[in-house]
Amino acid sequence: MSKLKYALFTGCTAKESTPEQMMSTMAVAKKLDIELIELTEASCCGASHLQDYDDFLSLVLNARNIAYAEKHGLTMVTICNTCQLNTAMTKHRLDNNAELKARVNEKLGEIGLEYKGTSLVTHFLYAIIDDFGLDKIKEMVVKPLSQFNIAPFYGCHNIRPSELQNESHKSPENPYNPTSLDDLIIACGGNNVDYDEKNKCCGFHAELQAPKTAATLTGNALAGAMDQNADWMVTPCPLCHLKLDTQYHHASVAIGREVKLPVLHMQQMIGLALGCSVEELGLNHHVSDVDFV
Amino acid sequence: MDNNSITTKDVTFKVFRFNSETDYLPTYKEYKMEVTSEEVVLDILDRIKWDIDGSFSYRRSCRHGICGACAIKVNGKATLACKMNLHSLTETFGDELTIEPQSTKRAVKDMIIDKADFWEKHAKITPYLNSEIEEHPDMECVVSIEENDRIMEADLCIQCGACHYACPVVEINEQFIGPAAFVKAYRFEADIRDESHIERLEECALPDQGVWDCVKCFECAEACPKEINPIEKITALHQMIFKDKVYKNGVAERHAVGFAHSIKKHGLLDEGQLVLYSEGPSIVKHIPVALQMFKKGKIVMPWNMPKSDNLDEIQKLIKSSSTTKY
Repeated sequence: MSKLKYALFTGCTAKESTPEQMMSTMAVAKKLDIELIELTEASCCGASHLQDYDDFLSLVLNARNIAYAEKHGLTMVTICNTCQLNTAMTKHRLDNNAELKARVNEKLGEIGLEYKGTSLVTHFLYAIIDDFGLDKIKEMVVKPLSQFNIAPFYGCHNIRPSELQNESHKSPENPYNPTSLDDLIIACGGNNVDYDEKNKCCGFHAELQAPKTAATLTGNALAGAMDQNADWMVTPCPLCHLKLDTQYHHASVAIGREVKLPVLHMQQMIGLALGCSVEELGLNHHVSDVDFV
Repeated sequence: MDNNSITTKDVTFKVFRFNSETDYLPTYKEYKMEVTSEEVVLDILDRIKWDIDGSFSYRRSCRHGICGACAIKVNGKATLACKMNLHSLTETFGDELTIEPQSTKRAVKDMIIDKADFWEKHAKITPYLNSEIEEHPDMECVVSIEENDRIMEADLCIQCGACHYACPVVEINEQFIGPAAFVKAYRFEADIRDESHIERLEECALPDQGVWDCVKCFECAEACPKEINPIEKITALHQMIFKDKVYKNGVAERHAVGFAHSIKKHGLLDEGQLVLYSEGPSIVKHIPVALQMFKKGKIVMPWNMPKSDNLDEIQKLIKSSSTTKY
């Protein structure tokens, strides 16, 4: 297999509130010998909120990000579910609407760029599964996570809408019964925990305006995992991570029960199994302490 | 139809049984059946009622995915019983299927639920065309094909409630209007003949009940059996709130606008400034969590805020491509 190479769209969170996600992404890519070319020109994806305010502007900005991946001739990988949603949604809309694509390209033309639609947009989770292969991960595991019950938390924007799922990678999964993260946990030697909330919402996007709703959803997710004896949770989304890792107090108040679990980024889990150090994976950056390592 | 292509499968059904008049708690009754590749969930409901237990209750009518009466959930997936092929369900969930009403907490008897909240939410958003038309008009009210296209999809809603009872916010916040009624609101908001535009939009923009409380989980898009994509209509309502200046400068509205400001300045989102801009003085309530995050190196100070390369391009695009003003 030739060396895998992708254009990396980090999103904003990896540069700010989840530095550990950036660190562990690079550490894991190094272990797997995957080359990631960081799209340092990329802007924020709008996180579904700019889209509420100015739809056309969000399309133009996201098309610009993809255009940079296209210039490298590479698949764009995202490491945030919401970046994945908004980038893949932009691609979907432009690829299916020639008139809209032309309008967007008219704007991109002003800065000498063009959106062609030649780069696939996929989350790192699916790049690993589709291109690298879980069997190979399994072979590379040096510290199997066999003593841990690990609860997968998929995050909405990687699994819904399924329409985008089907376009974004080779092994689309059913949003009502997703398996990718479970399979990854198993490949790392861990015991995957099945619980009702694994494919549900963490509430992140309404945190400011609807704190009770958001905290209840976070609480339900943590409680669901705890009730199935999870030792920790794992998620491919830094926004879910922020909610589950830092908001346990509000979540506990909202559902009337103490809930708290260590929550790891998908990359950190792979890194642990592959023998990366605690420092390399930034495990000291968590608010809910990762005390088992 | 070539009968040879029909296959069969043994499936175990766990069916929610409850009578609100006599039962304290529901039970799940197990039925093992041989199911053909031709059968839909409604066939199983019929077989349970006709062959096994006549007291089993569910709603059904058209059997063509038009009336919306038979909406239920199978393994948590919202669907119309008359549309959902059983073999395709077993491909997703395996050979054990749990059949439940749309909302177990609203169950009256077995699959039948009390949909009162669903209709109350509809009533809130003036679910009809409001137009002063003369009793004897001289000509018809002309709607162009393009104008009709805007409402076509939303007009296909059969009010089955699949999206409403799949919405996690509806489950938590009783005031939240919910995706189905928002689709209905959009249907009339986007209708050029309607004259209640601003009043209806104001109803949709209110805190707690309005579109700002949507968590953007896309459960509604996945649930809709008519592929109407409710969240797309909710997003369109958000955009109308800005376009028609119905906003009240609330935290959610400033949060959306704040993205544009931040991208203009940094290319990236300045998370701290966004919360400050959105919350104003109320930011104090975030201090305890912010302090915990700060200790763990999760807060970037304004003077250390990273910027996108070629920021001038982004700024140029913001100038040339912005379509909304706040």
